[in-house]
Amino acid sequence: MKFTRLDATVLTFCFAFLYIPILILIVYSFNESKLVTVWGGFSLRWYRDMWSNQGLMDAAWITARVGVLSATLGTILGTLAALAMTRFTRFRGRLLFSGMIYAPLVMPEVITGLSLLLLFVALGIDRGFWTVIIAHTTFTMCYVAIVVQSRLVTFDRSLEEAALDLGCPPVKTFFVITLPLILPAVISGWMLAFTLSLDDLVIASFTTGPGATTLPIKIYSQVRLGVTPEINAISTILVGIVTLGVIAASLTAKSRELQRQRDERAAFRAVG
Amino acid sequence: MAKSLGPVKRKFSPWTDPNEKPFIRFENITKTFGDYTAIDNLTLDIYEREFFSLLGPSGCGKTTLMRMLAGFEEPTSGRILLQGKDISGVPPYRRPTNMMFQSYALFPHMSVEKNIAFGLKQDGLPKDEVTARVAEMLKLVQLSQFASRKPSQLSGGQRQRVALARSLAKKPKVLLLDEPLGALDKKLREETQFELMDIQTKLGLTFLIVTHDQEEAMTVSDRIAVMDKGVVMQVATPAEIYEAPNSRYVADFIGDINILEGKATAVGGGLTKLDCDGLAIAVADEAPCTAGDSIAFAIRPEKVAISLDAPADTSVNTFHGEVWDIGYLGDFSVFIVRDENGRTMRAAQANIARLVDRPITYGDMVWLSWKAESGLVLTR
Repeated sequence: MKFTRLDATVLTFCFAFLYIPILILIVYSFNESKLVTVWGGFSLRWYRDMWSNQGLMDAAWITARVGVLSATLGTILGTLAALAMTRFTRFRGRLLFSGMIYAPLVMPEVITGLSLLLLFVALGIDRGFWTVIIAHTTFTMCYVAIVVQSRLVTFDRSLEEAALDLGCPPVKTFFVITLPLILPAVISGWMLAFTLSLDDLVIASFTTGPGATTLPIKIYSQVRLGVTPEINAISTILVGIVTLGVIAASLTAKSRELQRQRDERAAFRAVG
Repeated sequence: MAKSLGPVKRKFSPWTDPNEKPFIRFENITKTFGDYTAIDNLTLDIYEREFFSLLGPSGCGKTTLMRMLAGFEEPTSGRILLQGKDISGVPPYRRPTNMMFQSYALFPHMSVEKNIAFGLKQDGLPKDEVTARVAEMLKLVQLSQFASRKPSQLSGGQRQRVALARSLAKKPKVLLLDEPLGALDKKLREETQFELMDIQTKLGLTFLIVTHDQEEAMTVSDRIAVMDKGVVMQVATPAEIYEAPNSRYVADFIGDINILEGKATAVGGGLTKLDCDGLAIAVADEAPCTAGDSIAFAIRPEKVAISLDAPADTSVNTFHGEVWDIGYLGDFSVFIVRDENGRTMRAAQANIARLVDRPITYGDMVWLSWKAESGLVLTR
């Protein structure tokens, strides 16, 4: 297919629509001027200010811990759910179970957040750091389950049977055979979960409490008082982390594929 | 029953010795998956050091039977005895059997060496013993120089040998091979068949192979069990299966054969006489049937002679018709002959001389003939 001028225009327009706002945000984070909309020359001043802004830094630290912990928990639970879904294809209520795993993906965040809030209130749990982690774990595990499940579908089960056959008990088989082979999917699931936890505002604001303000909540509340270039700076860093996370997740998948192709070529040379 | 082949000298035939105890015994095994019956009340004995084949089309239950011996499936009813001991309920990782998988199932994240050492390490063998055993196995399958390669860096044939070495490393009492040569091309497959037989004799192990390839089963096995729909149709040596199949199914599954349906007209005096839709045939065997029974006549194409003139010997069976088609197979030519009633029969002739001018060609009226001893009566 020829790449026409129309294609180019459409593509440019789409990318502009998607990325110009973010680009403006990034550019203005290096703005000398205190006014967000007026360019006053290049400066790293707002990054310095951001660094010394204790409230912002605390929020960033909380967000990072919430991200790591909830992504890890979500990855463990999501992987287990994916295993159950692919391994036990004929248990009672499988359809319901699989539907319930995917449902949170399409559930409005407001509903998820509100229902969790009601649950925590009903159970009399003080909202804070751990309730945010629980909330994030519940929705990130669905994404992990999907990523890992798509890998497990193509997983050759005779590998596990071979390990059992050679005298390796089932639990050990999981750790020495299954896990190393699905690890790339588990890692990209973790990175996806971490990224999702990092930028969540809605669910976090429902389930958080005093002393556990995450970065998105902090940014949102500061913006209501007026945008400062500091916000631009911290947002730029967030964009950077998320971008790196997504790129890393797709690269782990890609590099494995490339390695496989290289190995196959090597095998052909070995034959010839 | 099919006719006896008479006394045949065999180097190895423990199944003919009534004092010999079976090494593996499947006893009244039934296996169902939901409504589907994969194995139906099957009993089968396999002897020590035997190279035994389970042969049948896909879905006949042969793989299920093997997986039950490996411990991946449990029989719904019946027992599996290994050296007289019931092994039901013993998990696969505690069974003295090892399996070579159809997909080879090599661990892609481990080198050839580590793959072979895997089973030995599970037994907690000392390191130097593992190393020595791995080296021995690599030598056996001639892959010593590939020890540090990953499976993905090997050709199909090499992977097959790694899989074999890995399953042999633990010196299993029984080696199970699930379509071991299915992924190899024809030439490599034939070479590997002889290697397998060689290794089996050298190590003195019992091999149980599952295959749908009748040629493969014929080449490698001491005995073959032909299976159909969860039932063993016949267990016998390759020669017996070929020369004296006990049913239409086995006759048709193994090799090429002419089968004519008919009725028994007389049984006795060492002969069975049939009427196949007007064609009278005599077989030198007293089949277990009485006059009037619906039975079938079968004969291998290579046992049918073809000639332009009527055979001088009037005691032979004959079939007169027109050459309908000729298949030139290199070593053999197969003639398909059709008579005036539309019945066809195939005759195979070895191409002993170079056939530049074929004496018999399309459209020729020919005589097919065979001796009464050459044919078979199939009652099942």
